[in-house]
Amino acid sequence: MQSTISIEDHLAKIYAIWLREFKVFLREKSRLVASTFTPILWLFVIGSGLGAANPTTVPGVEDYQQFIFPGIVAMSIIFSSVFYGSYIIWDRKFDFLKSVMVAPVSRGSVFVGKTLGGMTTSLIQASILLAIGVAIGIGFTPLSLLQAVAIILLLSFGLTSLGLALGSYMYSLEGFQMIVSFVVFPLFFLSGALFSLDNLPSWLGMLTAVDPATYGVDALRNATLGVGSSPMELDMLILVGYTAALGFFGIYSFGRMKAV
Amino acid sequence: MTAVDNLTLDISENEVFGLLGSNGAGKTTTIHMLATLLKPTSGTATVNGYDITNQPAKVRASIGIVFQAPSSDDMLTGYENLHLHAMLYSVHRRTRKQRIEEVLELVGLTERKHDQVKTYSGGMRRRLEIARGLLHKPKVMFLDEPTLGLDPASRESMWKYVRRLVKEEKVTIILTTHYMEEADMLCDRIAIIDKGRIVALDTPAKLKAGLGGDIIRIKTKKFMQQDIDKIRQFSFVHKLEQSDGFLVLSVDNAKRDLPVLLQNVEAESAEFTSPTLNDVFIQLTGRNIDKEQAEGGFMERYAKYD
Repeated sequence: MQSTISIEDHLAKIYAIWLREFKVFLREKSRLVASTFTPILWLFVIGSGLGAANPTTVPGVEDYQQFIFPGIVAMSIIFSSVFYGSYIIWDRKFDFLKSVMVAPVSRGSVFVGKTLGGMTTSLIQASILLAIGVAIGIGFTPLSLLQAVAIILLLSFGLTSLGLALGSYMYSLEGFQMIVSFVVFPLFFLSGALFSLDNLPSWLGMLTAVDPATYGVDALRNATLGVGSSPMELDMLILVGYTAALGFFGIYSFGRMKAV
Repeated sequence: MTAVDNLTLDISENEVFGLLGSNGAGKTTTIHMLATLLKPTSGTATVNGYDITNQPAKVRASIGIVFQAPSSDDMLTGYENLHLHAMLYSVHRRTRKQRIEEVLELVGLTERKHDQVKTYSGGMRRRLEIARGLLHKPKVMFLDEPTLGLDPASRESMWKYVRRLVKEEKVTIILTTHYMEEADMLCDRIAIIDKGRIVALDTPAKLKAGLGGDIIRIKTKKFMQQDIDKIRQFSFVHKLEQSDGFLVLSVDNAKRDLPVLLQNVEAESAEFTSPTLNDVFIQLTGRNIDKEQAEGGFMERYAKYD
């Protein structure tokens, strides 16, 4: 009985943290607009531009715009999830973090609540892109849609954890900009979002293999286009592994984080 | 770096206890340690019977805290901020709404509860923090410089709310301040901290009485050594100092003693004051706290992150 109450109590606190993140997200409309606009720009400008120049470079899919669609969905998740880590720095800056740290709530609950907040944001943005996908001719079945949502949630859990973990070690937003250059862009470019993983030079192939986002992109490609470099099961297995590892890294980092 | 060094304190239930000291004296560090946000390098303390190093969760559940700088979320309304913290402090769902309304009423924010905090004034934000700290009926409430940066009117209304808190919520209050007047008016007992150590601990009245009576300042045209020697002979003169053309004396009773003194020196002007806590502070630390700049202002908070 004692443990039931304590689990309920933990869940209520996680919900409280998530609710705050969600309300702030809803009130900052510019955030949603800005972060959805960039992927759309990529999809239409790069998709159509490069697609017109090299219409047949990608095996399995006729249309380059359709080919990069899963990559662009992954891109929106990579950016919004890792960037989510910067909100922990804002919280620290405005002393909100201190008020949460002094409450009887575990670091783990704070971490999970925040991560769920980041996942919610990513899912909303990705859903807008999925709707656009329908418009550019991606055929969804209920199963492929369900698979896509699961992949989106897994990938964003892992990358939000990574962002929050990195944010927990940093004290300035300027410092977090470094993360963009050294984490966000490599994660995106090496994920194979814009090119096929088959027939890559070996050095590039090795780099793409260590990028967790690679397996998100490939899984999304398997789910939405029916083509992929690896089988869906393998993608998912590796993705789950990465996500769990990044989740532990996040919880560990939050545990070490200084309160003041 | 040692901010707080060998500090020993014993604070009783239901008292208003003041930690008085200049900037950097170690007040906030002490509060942060008692609130389990910082670990002491040695030693420990108990808050509401719980050990701050071994039972931090229990300590946290028994305390409320108002930080030096407001820490509510600007984007949320006052009500939403309180609701968030009510959940974090496990205030039961059935009593949550009622308790939030109670604390809003106590700090006079009922009218503005559905406005976003970014529209609040500095004084209102500080009051919201107090309301937040009270949600879970804590046994001990920490107020870290509760009136820092507030205008005189907001400061006075803050004092009013602190007194109400003591009366209606029956909490023990530990407040830090570097405003002497504030400590004098609000606190039952005061610990004066200097460089991380307690240099005095008593009720404001006893601290002032400890200075040995009133202070007389006489401006003389010229200091005559024989006059000074004569003054020193009076039994009611406890201390005599010269500074900036002033003769500063501490006497038993200025009203009675000043006329006697004026017969013995050629004075240009004379004034006397009954001792204030500031005088106590100057005597103990050799520095004047009222002349020191307040810390933690808006610009400083920004500079901190550059």
